[in-house]
Amino acid sequence: MISAVVVHAARRAAEPARDNGQADVWEVLLWGALPYVTIAVFVLGHYWRYRYDKFGWTTRSSQLYENRLLRVGSPLFHFGILVVLLGHIGGLVIPERWTAAAGISEHAYHLVAVVLGTVAGICTLTGLAILIYRRRTVGPVFSATTRNDKLMYAVLTLVIVLGLAATVAANIAGGGYNYRETVSPWFRSVFYLRPDPHLMVGVPILFQLHALSALLLFAIWPFTRLVHMLTAPIGYLTRPYIVYRSRDARLGARAPRRGWERTS
Amino acid sequence: MRVMAQLAMVMNLDKCIGCHTCSVTCKQAWTNRGGVEYVWFNNVETRPGQGYPRRYEDQETWRGGWTLNRRGRLTLKGGGRWRKLLTIFANPRLPSIDDYYEPWTYDYDTLTNAPLQEHTPVARPRSLISGRDMKISWSANWDDDLGGSPGLADRDVVLGQVSEKVRLEFEQTFMFYLPRICEHCLNPSCAASCPSGAIYKRTEDGIVLVDQDRCRGWRMCVTGCPYKKVYFNHRTGKAEKCTFCFPRTEVGLPTVCSETCVGRLRYIGLMLYDADRVLEAATTPDDTGLYEAQREVFLDPHDPRVAAEAERAGIPRDWIEAARRSPVHALINTYRVALPLHPEYRTLPMVWYIPPLSPVVDVVRDTGHDAENPGNLFAAIDALRIPVDYLARLFTAGDPAPVDAVLRRLAAMRSYMRDINLGHDPDEGIPDKVGMTGEQMYDMYRLLALAKYDERYVIPPAHAEQAHQLEELATECSLDYEGGPGMGGWGPFGESSGGAAPVAVENFHMLQQRQTADRPSGPSDKRTRVNLLNWDGKGAPEGLFPPRPDGAGPGGANPPADSGAAETEPKP
Repeated sequence: MISAVVVHAARRAAEPARDNGQADVWEVLLWGALPYVTIAVFVLGHYWRYRYDKFGWTTRSSQLYENRLLRVGSPLFHFGILVVLLGHIGGLVIPERWTAAAGISEHAYHLVAVVLGTVAGICTLTGLAILIYRRRTVGPVFSATTRNDKLMYAVLTLVIVLGLAATVAANIAGGGYNYRETVSPWFRSVFYLRPDPHLMVGVPILFQLHALSALLLFAIWPFTRLVHMLTAPIGYLTRPYIVYRSRDARLGARAPRRGWERTS
Repeated sequence: MRVMAQLAMVMNLDKCIGCHTCSVTCKQAWTNRGGVEYVWFNNVETRPGQGYPRRYEDQETWRGGWTLNRRGRLTLKGGGRWRKLLTIFANPRLPSIDDYYEPWTYDYDTLTNAPLQEHTPVARPRSLISGRDMKISWSANWDDDLGGSPGLADRDVVLGQVSEKVRLEFEQTFMFYLPRICEHCLNPSCAASCPSGAIYKRTEDGIVLVDQDRCRGWRMCVTGCPYKKVYFNHRTGKAEKCTFCFPRTEVGLPTVCSETCVGRLRYIGLMLYDADRVLEAATTPDDTGLYEAQREVFLDPHDPRVAAEAERAGIPRDWIEAARRSPVHALINTYRVALPLHPEYRTLPMVWYIPPLSPVVDVVRDTGHDAENPGNLFAAIDALRIPVDYLARLFTAGDPAPVDAVLRRLAAMRSYMRDINLGHDPDEGIPDKVGMTGEQMYDMYRLLALAKYDERYVIPPAHAEQAHQLEELATECSLDYEGGPGMGGWGPFGESSGGAAPVAVENFHMLQQRQTADRPSGPSDKRTRVNLLNWDGKGAPEGLFPPRPDGAGPGGANPPADSGAAETEPKP
């Protein structure tokens, strides 16, 4: 099925190429095929990790070692990234038509998106900087850091820096860039299984790099400590306070012993 | 009425000599691993003292347990569900490693590899957290036997609650030991605090456990437990706690701490309780009413109605029988000499204590009076408000009456039994004064002083038809759990990944590897693990001994001739 989608993407990319006289293989690979590879790795990786490594599925908190920096850095980062996540849903998933239909003008949308996005992005980056500083300078935390963690931190930082840079360069320093006409439709087209790589061609390089680095992050996601996000304990809000569990499923109804039998 | 069974423990503090055998054997059995070096499922505190972790009883700081809100409803003292989720990224009430202590080992390498030199080489302490040299300044048992000494006594939370006069006189008064394990509460606030729902109470025996596969390391349970008996394994990122040695109790054996207790002061037995009344009891408006409220929750297993309800609830017949013979039930409800630890936390704890009479006896004896005379003892209990007040802060939320009554009963038993032992006519007036009959008094004496192994530990085993599912019963190869060495290796992310090892798979090689490793890290090769618990001492399983130089393989392949027809294979 994936190959069919990729073939479709190649065909879509080739259509305008006929006009230009050259079909770009890279275009298809990066924006038509790579997203599906990432999605496959993300989904199957999580399935595999959950199936075979439930014990390793944890936040691996280091709060026991150090609290002063964590108390500032961790909420800053996490709340920041949650707002960033909401912003991405708003920008990528919701089509421009819908917000227009709701009476939100392009200008108003962008104003909110840029202000909120920049503030949240800076919070996230500051939090991340504090956390990385802490990880490097606090001895116990550093000795509990694995190579896997270091790779994850590098990629995560790259994605956030590129994303923030793209926003700042395009919308604050530059004249503004409406990614909802290019990046967002491309993003949705991936999930409609009708990928349109051509949409990403004219996109500013920072947005392109941000998207590519995000694909890399999602590909390594299931194999890092980031998995803890998928088990965010939302269920806590509704479950009863005390959980009772039986030792195990019983094999069947047991015959109670007779009263006169020895009991020990 | 919804009858549930609960394995519970009573400790007789009069008998505790503070030898720490329980702590040491528990540690060897359960927390002898990386990431839990600082963890003591069982610890013995000197009272008065700060306890472990330091000042854990100060709930204004740690916010553990439950409290009543303005509308009189039961809520977590650490805040409700939303508050928990909003502070999940940095738990504001988590004790730091300094509140426990920084675990260490010694640099023995310097000793063994030192060249010949004028001065004796020194093994310096090295932190198991950072791997660096460190100065040892505190540990789980640092203030052992220093109870009441200046500089430490005033940091005792309980002592801070009793009056100033008492505090000044305290150091001349008394000191006793308080062994603590997880309370396996009827209303566990750790479980209620767990965002993942990984902590659960077993329906069969009420043991509170952490599902290691569901724990995500959110750390809220550590805050939630007012006794600070849930610990965070900083290497695996999971919470761990006392398991009431469930692999042992499931087959009818007492916990390791009880089994090895030198003073034989621990009693284990079943309590039947009415699960429908737990919330009501925990919501008792007055803190001092909680002791009685919790006793009301317990059911009398001799009552035929209770037995019928219990059978309807699926409790096996032999468990009901065991509940009738339970020493814990006798001490809590029949003789009423056991009291809960800090009932004011409203978790309805299930490890109870018989408060120590010995401080009172000692004082009477020191004054030259007859320390077995009931009149003297009763007068002393009345006069010596200090121990009673302090004990009341520990066991009855500050109400001296129940502690008074218990001490009187113990004093009466002491006097009554002296007459019998000396061949005098027993004075039936003595038990009468404390509301008991002579026969009851004798039975209580038997249980407290003479009870043998099978009377102190009445533990109905889990059922044989379920045996195959019990984790530790080796009906199969004990290493063949999923992802274990028997199934071909450990997870790709090292020791802290893959399936959780069954609790009993802990051995010689792991210990050796950890003790000889250059840095605090997990052993790299786990394939050579041997479960010593299953080794019967005959033969030599692979990996137990180093390979022979002649290439004959481990000793088991070539048993010595004199072993004859003896088994050379380890039992499964």
